[in-house]
Amino acid sequence: MTTTAQPVSRANATSFGLTRRQRAEARAKWPVLVLFLPPALLVFTVFVILPMGEAAWYSFYNWNGYSLPTQWVGFKNYELIFKNSAFRQALINNGLIILISICIQVPLALWLATMVTKHIKGAVAFRLIFFLPYVLADVAAGMIWRFVYDGNFGLVAGISHALGVDAPFWLADRTVAIYAILGVIVWKYFGFHMMLFIAGLQAIDKSVLEAADIDGATGWQKFMRVTLPLLGSTVRLSLFFAVVGSLQLFDMIMPLTGAGPSNATQTMVTFLYTFGVMRMQVGFGSAVGVVLFVICVTLAFGYKRIFMKND
Amino acid sequence: MTELAEAPPIDAATASSGGRRLGAGTQTYLYVCLIIVAAIVIVPLLTTALGGFKTLGELRGNPFGLPREWQWHNYGDILVSQRYWLQMGNSLLIAALTVFLTLLFAAMAAFTFAHVKFFGGNFLLNYFLVGLMFPAATAILPLFIRIRDLGLLDTYWGVVLPQVAFGLGMSILLFRNYFRNLPNELFDAAFVDGCGYLRFFWHISLPLSRPIIATVGIISFVGSWNSYILPLILLNSEDKYPWPLGIMVYKGEFSTDWQLILAFITLTILPTIIVFFAAQKHIIAGLTAGAVK
Repeated sequence: MTTTAQPVSRANATSFGLTRRQRAEARAKWPVLVLFLPPALLVFTVFVILPMGEAAWYSFYNWNGYSLPTQWVGFKNYELIFKNSAFRQALINNGLIILISICIQVPLALWLATMVTKHIKGAVAFRLIFFLPYVLADVAAGMIWRFVYDGNFGLVAGISHALGVDAPFWLADRTVAIYAILGVIVWKYFGFHMMLFIAGLQAIDKSVLEAADIDGATGWQKFMRVTLPLLGSTVRLSLFFAVVGSLQLFDMIMPLTGAGPSNATQTMVTFLYTFGVMRMQVGFGSAVGVVLFVICVTLAFGYKRIFMKND
Repeated sequence: MTELAEAPPIDAATASSGGRRLGAGTQTYLYVCLIIVAAIVIVPLLTTALGGFKTLGELRGNPFGLPREWQWHNYGDILVSQRYWLQMGNSLLIAALTVFLTLLFAAMAAFTFAHVKFFGGNFLLNYFLVGLMFPAATAILPLFIRIRDLGLLDTYWGVVLPQVAFGLGMSILLFRNYFRNLPNELFDAAFVDGCGYLRFFWHISLPLSRPIIATVGIISFVGSWNSYILPLILLNSEDKYPWPLGIMVYKGEFSTDWQLILAFITLTILPTIIVFFAAQKHIIAGLTAGAVK
């Protein structure tokens, strides 16, 4: 590591040397500032910040995207959004996804993490298998599960036939479809959370657990009283990713149900796509984007403020 | 090299240290649970791959088992078709451009934030970090209009540039933390020897940064390789589609010919699975790095 440069002797840093150096440094700064910052700054401003600002602006117009927006409609777009039953369904579904992530996915990931950090053969192989779905594209995962759920050819059909009952068409059923999707979400993402917990578990000082052993604590007591409190920051982090990720769900829904049947599986992003992008309703779609933005930022900031202020 | 990283990367292969030997009962319980969950993960993938070898009729009667007669031509036809290779090529090209530009822009900006003190530096850094707070989808319509007005609609650059832009926040953060943890003495020594910022960046920072370049590169590559919503909105012509869009088109065309669709899915996810098992250490560390740092 240090072969590239000799260590500096502190004797060089006389007061005279320092001022000269400081001046030289100041002069040397300019090429860096002029060459190194602008590319990132330009790309980021043009493709992230400006579109966000424009979304806020367009959201007050009724506009099909051609020429310039002229038809000012005030808060009409926002009114329409909250009156739209498909959007309310999207909000409910996003809430449901967050709930499932918190109540099922994260505990499942923690449970599996405690198992694959035990001293057993094949633990590493299990970790890799559990992480595999996370690496696959959402679209591919969605397509695979569309087959699994298919009532004519899929696995669910196969199991039903084996049990001698008629195969259900879950993805075509308004009430069941969203739960079928929730299953795929857990399948796809639990491995990521498990990896976070594995790292958290490995960071726990083993002597604390040994001390608990000596005091005669049972496995469950050790978990509840020692491991879980020490994992606090990892749990909060994992929940944070679950919440933020849930709000962005889109890729997986499209191959599974395309947000149908009759809007039963809309999320906020699929709603934006179906009603804003597909119909080229730039004003309405931008307003949906703004609502999504506000919800994301409020949840993310609020969560960090309340739960992660000490992490 | 790794001792420079501030938090150790997450590594699936690190054996658990210590722990008592487990009783036979506990072991059985563990294996039963783990195998059930592993089966739930693997069975859909395996039936997808095997399903591609069956006929449609057999798929209906026997979705689980091995094919009675292996229909190699399902896979063969796709492998000799132009569309499969075209989509893979498109995805690869878009991902390569995205990775290259993300690394270049993020490393340069992060280097400035890490080493050069200037007025408004902290403000600018926070400006980039705003990008971490919301999903790309929120501004997708204005983005579409911008790309259209720039004449980049239906071009590779029209997808690459927004992808780079949305990856910059996380990438700059990772690079900056890494650069700041390089020993200060390096910089002092180089500066005394008359080495300017630019040469320091090129000859010292970058060569020492291979782990973080790999991390950012992996995050950026996987994100681009799997991305769906941006190409969906910004590309029109099928010959430019990356594979996630290609799957959807393929499904639309062959609708219930599941044996062909399954073969197509298998072939499109095969590169990911091979690379994952070949480089699992780096990929797991990379994909979880954004979370733990």
